[in-house]
Amino acid sequence: MFILITGLLLGGTYALIALGLNLQYGVARIMNLANGEMLVAGGFAAFWLYTAGQVNPVAALIVIAPVAFVANWLIYRFMLQPLVKRAKSRGALEVDSILATFGMSFAFVGIMTWAFGGGYFNYAFLAQPLEMFGSSYAQNRVVAFVLAVVIGGALWLWLTYSRVGLNLRAVAVNPASASLVGVDVRRASALAFALGGAVTATGGALVSMFFTLDASVGVLFTMKALIIIIMGGVGDVRGTIVAAVILGIAETAVARLVDPGLTLAAAYLLFLLVLLFKPAGLFGKARG
Amino acid sequence: MSGTDWRNLAISAALLGLAALLPVYGSPYWLTMGTTMAMFVVLATSWALFSGPTHYISLATAAFFGIGTFVTGLGFQSLPFWVLPPLAAVIGAVLAALVGLVTLRLSGVYFVIFTLGLAEMVRQVVTWVQNQTGHRGMYVLTSITEREIYWMLVALGALVFLAGWLIGRSRLGFALRIIGNDETVAKHAGIDTALAKVALFMVPGAVAAATGAILAPRYIYIEPSTAFAPLLSFQVVIMALLGGTGRLWGPVAGVIPFSLLWEAITRQAPNQTLLLLGIAFLVIVYLLPGGFVGLWERFRRRFGGRT
Amino acid sequence: MSRTVLQVRNVTKRFGGLVAVNDVSFDVTEHSVMGLIGPNGSGKSTMINMISGSFAPTAGSIRLEGHELAGKPAHKVARLGVGRTFQLVRLLPELSVLDNVIAGAAFGHRRRWGAEARAHALTLIDRLGLTAVMGMPVSALTYIDTKRVELARALAGDPEVLLLDEWLAGLNPTELGTGIALIRSLRDEGRTIILVEHVMDAIRSLCDRCVVMSSGTRIAEGTPAEVLSDPEVIRAYLGDDDA
Repeated sequence: MFILITGLLLGGTYALIALGLNLQYGVARIMNLANGEMLVAGGFAAFWLYTAGQVNPVAALIVIAPVAFVANWLIYRFMLQPLVKRAKSRGALEVDSILATFGMSFAFVGIMTWAFGGGYFNYAFLAQPLEMFGSSYAQNRVVAFVLAVVIGGALWLWLTYSRVGLNLRAVAVNPASASLVGVDVRRASALAFALGGAVTATGGALVSMFFTLDASVGVLFTMKALIIIIMGGVGDVRGTIVAAVILGIAETAVARLVDPGLTLAAAYLLFLLVLLFKPAGLFGKARG
Repeated sequence: MSGTDWRNLAISAALLGLAALLPVYGSPYWLTMGTTMAMFVVLATSWALFSGPTHYISLATAAFFGIGTFVTGLGFQSLPFWVLPPLAAVIGAVLAALVGLVTLRLSGVYFVIFTLGLAEMVRQVVTWVQNQTGHRGMYVLTSITEREIYWMLVALGALVFLAGWLIGRSRLGFALRIIGNDETVAKHAGIDTALAKVALFMVPGAVAAATGAILAPRYIYIEPSTAFAPLLSFQVVIMALLGGTGRLWGPVAGVIPFSLLWEAITRQAPNQTLLLLGIAFLVIVYLLPGGFVGLWERFRRRFGGRT
Repeated sequence: MSRTVLQVRNVTKRFGGLVAVNDVSFDVTEHSVMGLIGPNGSGKSTMINMISGSFAPTAGSIRLEGHELAGKPAHKVARLGVGRTFQLVRLLPELSVLDNVIAGAAFGHRRRWGAEARAHALTLIDRLGLTAVMGMPVSALTYIDTKRVELARALAGDPEVLLLDEWLAGLNPTELGTGIALIRSLRDEGRTIILVEHVMDAIRSLCDRCVVMSSGTRIAEGTPAEVLSDPEVIRAYLGDDDA
């Protein structure tokens, strides 16, 4: 029971992070390997606002999300759109965007190490325990989970019912057809990329409430988010959430029952099983 | 073999001889530098054999390399040293085949992600096994000198170049180029694309593992966090792409300047190596898409050379 | 009656709930041109993709000279003797014209390598009138030349059956005349061809027999003159209201 709930709490935050990356990959077609660094940057911002300005991390989201939105929009507009334009095929764009975002990822890590040093950082916010179902859980984990659910839910409603959300989903399905029916694909892609980055940074701020982060930890989150997306299926919100919860529970179980040093190996094992048996994602239909 | 083949063979043999004589005329500092460069030449050239034509970016080098060092670490006391690199190569090839079978049927993104985490996963598992058995790291104390390591790497490099040259002329090499251009066409032309990719991916897997086995004595003390350092995979990718994968000699043209630059940065601003790596990636994508090979070909075309 | 090379029997393909091809059967005889025609969305391309091994049929069998093709991957189908071109031309952009053709020769039904593959490819290049453009990069070719290169690649493996998926589409009237003459000359050499086509002139002048598909089912089969005067075929092309 403890493992299930802790896993669920962790999975909720993972789902939000993966949702951010899924927007970027599903709509803007950019496999953003610098996503984890955006997360760490969000966490850094929350840490800095809390320790230097006594700003409540929840309130800090109001600043962090818009700033991340603008930053990601600029990245897409000036760094990635040229690659989209020159790409002859989807495969070429894939290779270019992988290399470019790896470059950004390392550059961000370099800059963050230079600006903040290589040390770990964490802060105590709502670190008191909360009694639930006979066990105690850290309040900050519960708060982060609730916020992730609220933000993720709002995002899902917006994608499903709003006009702009419909445009984004149309581009995700088929950019060429979407542009035929009057969707501005470039704007939609930029919007999705910026939004995805904002969601990821928000996730980073939430994660920083209960995880110790350092400048170079981003790549681990990128990998987890990628594994979740592949398990859940690209562009599939429901699949992303289910996959995130599965990953959260699996990691918690392995950390508690076997060895905390094996969490990534556990994630990889899941990934391997999905690749072997359901390569189109948990709810994906096999092609052919 | 044509006249150009003989000429290229002569040039290669001369350069190989020059490289092999480095310990004779070079200072100890240059021997150390030379060993590092020879390692990267071997790794980057074998990496480009697969990733160049197929455009599948492999980040598995560190995993294979680390396994190679562990083969030596575990085996050097019970087996003669010359057995270890070939043994590591076989293990690396088998592992590469398994990884390839799982990921190479799918799109490039899956492959990148899987290989990205492979080294980390192997590292976690090895660490866990060591914790269970109560070992931490291990000492590799041998009588092998740096000079011998260097010569072994040069010999391995010669093998890699020979293999690359043979593959380039073979049906398998041609099949890989077709796959890299258009996989659908490749299938309908009669190519078993999955088999071809897995077969060629075994080459960098085997070579990286053998390289790790050869270099293990240089580290003296091996532990998982250094043996499986993911940075190695990225360095190899950068050097190969900087040089360009369009020609067999391309990666060498990337290894030499980048190793020197890396060495200089590590000495003067050790915290900025990641920034350098990031900038190098961005430079390749935005300014040098074909690497130095691409520049060279454009230069030749503009100034009327034959292609 | 000449020998049957390809036998399609009760082939069905479903995508989820959609039935793209429903219980279709036909035979293709040696040295003949079979037209596969029908309005857009009638399942022709799905049929071609099943014969060439892009998809496995949900049910039914496709036999080439006694070998079952249904469910086999594309590369095995190609080796058994099915060559194809694509509706949207697919060339290998980084390879020369010659290498594009050798690509077909090296791995196809009859496999050649080295000097033999090169000589074979050069013969085909000459045969299709590509000698003059052989040195050009693929990206600089005219539209009809890209189609010719693709055709040469498909022919290079010496397929038992050649699938041409709208090979004549998009050509201007002059090129169309050249294209039709080219396909006719292939038939006269004794090749077996399946032609998916919308160009009526080409169908009339090239096809020995035609299968007409509409909404996934076979609605007619016969000579071009027979099927094009069949009331059901006219209804399928013009729509129910106009008939």
